[in-house]
Amino acid sequence: MIEVDHLSKVYGERRAVDDISFTVGKGEVLGFLGPNGAGKTTTMRMLTCYMPATEGTARIAGYDIFEQSVEVRKRIGYLPENPPLYPDMTVDGYLNFVARIKGTPSSRRGGQVGDAIEKCDLGEVRNRIIGRLSKGYRQRVGLAQALLNNPEVLILDEPTIGLDPKQIHEVRTLIKSLASAHTIILSTHILPEVSMTCTRVVIIKKGKVVAMDTPEGLASQMKRAERVSLTVAGPVDAVRAKLSGIDGVLGVQAEDADVPYSNYIVECKLGTDLRRVLSAAVVGEGWGLLDIRLVSMSLEDVFIDLITNEREEGATAPAAEGGTHGGGDAGDAGAGEAKGEE
Amino acid sequence: MQYVLAIWQREIKSYFVSPIAYVVLTIFLVLAGLFFYGNLTEVVQFTMMQAQLGQGGQPIDVPAYVAQSLFKTFTVILLFLIPMLTMGLFAEEKKRGTIELLLTTPVGTSQALLGKYLASLTFLLILLVASMVTVSPLFVFGQPDWKPMLAGYLGLFLYGAALLALGLFISTLTENQIVAVIVTFGASLVLWLVNVFGTVFGGSSSGPAREVVDYLSVINHLDDFLKGVIDTSHIIYYVTFSFVGLFLAYRSLESMRWKG
Repeated sequence: MIEVDHLSKVYGERRAVDDISFTVGKGEVLGFLGPNGAGKTTTMRMLTCYMPATEGTARIAGYDIFEQSVEVRKRIGYLPENPPLYPDMTVDGYLNFVARIKGTPSSRRGGQVGDAIEKCDLGEVRNRIIGRLSKGYRQRVGLAQALLNNPEVLILDEPTIGLDPKQIHEVRTLIKSLASAHTIILSTHILPEVSMTCTRVVIIKKGKVVAMDTPEGLASQMKRAERVSLTVAGPVDAVRAKLSGIDGVLGVQAEDADVPYSNYIVECKLGTDLRRVLSAAVVGEGWGLLDIRLVSMSLEDVFIDLITNEREEGATAPAAEGGTHGGGDAGDAGAGEAKGEE
Repeated sequence: MQYVLAIWQREIKSYFVSPIAYVVLTIFLVLAGLFFYGNLTEVVQFTMMQAQLGQGGQPIDVPAYVAQSLFKTFTVILLFLIPMLTMGLFAEEKKRGTIELLLTTPVGTSQALLGKYLASLTFLLILLVASMVTVSPLFVFGQPDWKPMLAGYLGLFLYGAALLALGLFISTLTENQIVAVIVTFGASLVLWLVNVFGTVFGGSSSGPAREVVDYLSVINHLDDFLKGVIDTSHIIYYVTFSFVGLFLAYRSLESMRWKG
């Protein structure tokens, strides 16, 4: 559906997007992940024909973004980072205008607008002036606008920015439900969003693709060690020494060492579960074991890893591992795994 | 073409939803009324003086004289008001990010440009038609020749169209409406007074340089229209002026896309 072929964009001296290639199949939701300034928006602007590429090209639904830009523009729905709204129009008037400039015939315009309003839950505000709507509603009007004329491809630049948690949840559900009928590219720097909504992730950094896989695949590919988190009431140095001495432990990190009990992250050899041994060791010394659990490698860790380290990737990543926990989002990952074995 | 129509309609609506349309119309009509009254009193006093002195002389065509001087004041008022009609056309679009919407739908640059330009021309037309209210007493109380007046209106429309194209171009250069309005006004004024500057700096009253400078002035080409003469060369001047403005606006938008 979307084939990006060695796409580059150069601003003066700076290569904002540097030789990016990937493909997105029909019905896929591709997450475009990267820190601010990585080139996400620039890539999206090139795909939507807003900005011509310096080198390379892309095909959307078989049409070249430069040579056949009108055909491409007819087939995409685009939500830019700031929703492109006219504050002096009503929601209804605005959506009708957008349907019109997207070339929807007048006979189908009303139905299209009605559908978009329903999908984005804008019924209550359809006759209100956009300028007086809250940020959350505006974002949804922006999303509704992208859905008009039923485009084959949706390109969404940070679709959940500025929404409250309930709305974020709704938008994610909406995006998932759209995936069956549309091919979607969405950019974000919110990691849970990717694991919840996307079938595939492209991570870019300084304009280059640094990783591309499913969210689960990425998490497992990047995993180098099992990690156990412990909370122990006991002398920090002694605890650290004791834990480090256990067979299979690769390293121990202590946090919050100034409170009566400290938190330790123990890195263990891949494919082992040392929780029993660790708890026995702590309890055996007479210290209080307040909490022990496995920490899964979240997408967040992968992300931080990829964008902070210059490490050539794949070389150090082990080929196989036996973890039972792949993706999971940063928030509650591991929380239910194993708690308080004391 | 359907896209041009959609853009045109939205712009017209947006003129009348915002206060701009009303402010511009009100200012224009109030000033036009004041100048009309002023011109008329002046002519009346002059003819009365002439009668008192008992000189027969040539009788003045009062309505024609009043209309002509009124049209001259229109050119000045338009110089001030036209930048307000074009300031938002693209500057606001860029500021709100809606330019991204227009350029990623099948509308594209040239149709967006055309729709907006036509909307501003439509408003100019509304303004000129409204001004006929001010001129109407001449028809109620006299029998002026309407043909020279029509030529005058054609001239004003062409003059306005040229300034609108200039304003449209300047509006593509900035995100700030205030900057757009000031620069448009300044640029229009320079093009207005370019022959005066020519006299000041050039000194000589003839020569090719002098001719070029005179030709450039947006106001020189209007005189014939106001006298009731429709000269193709003046039409060509204004139409060319407008096309150059639109072309520059087009290039400016395209270059904005390349640069991001």
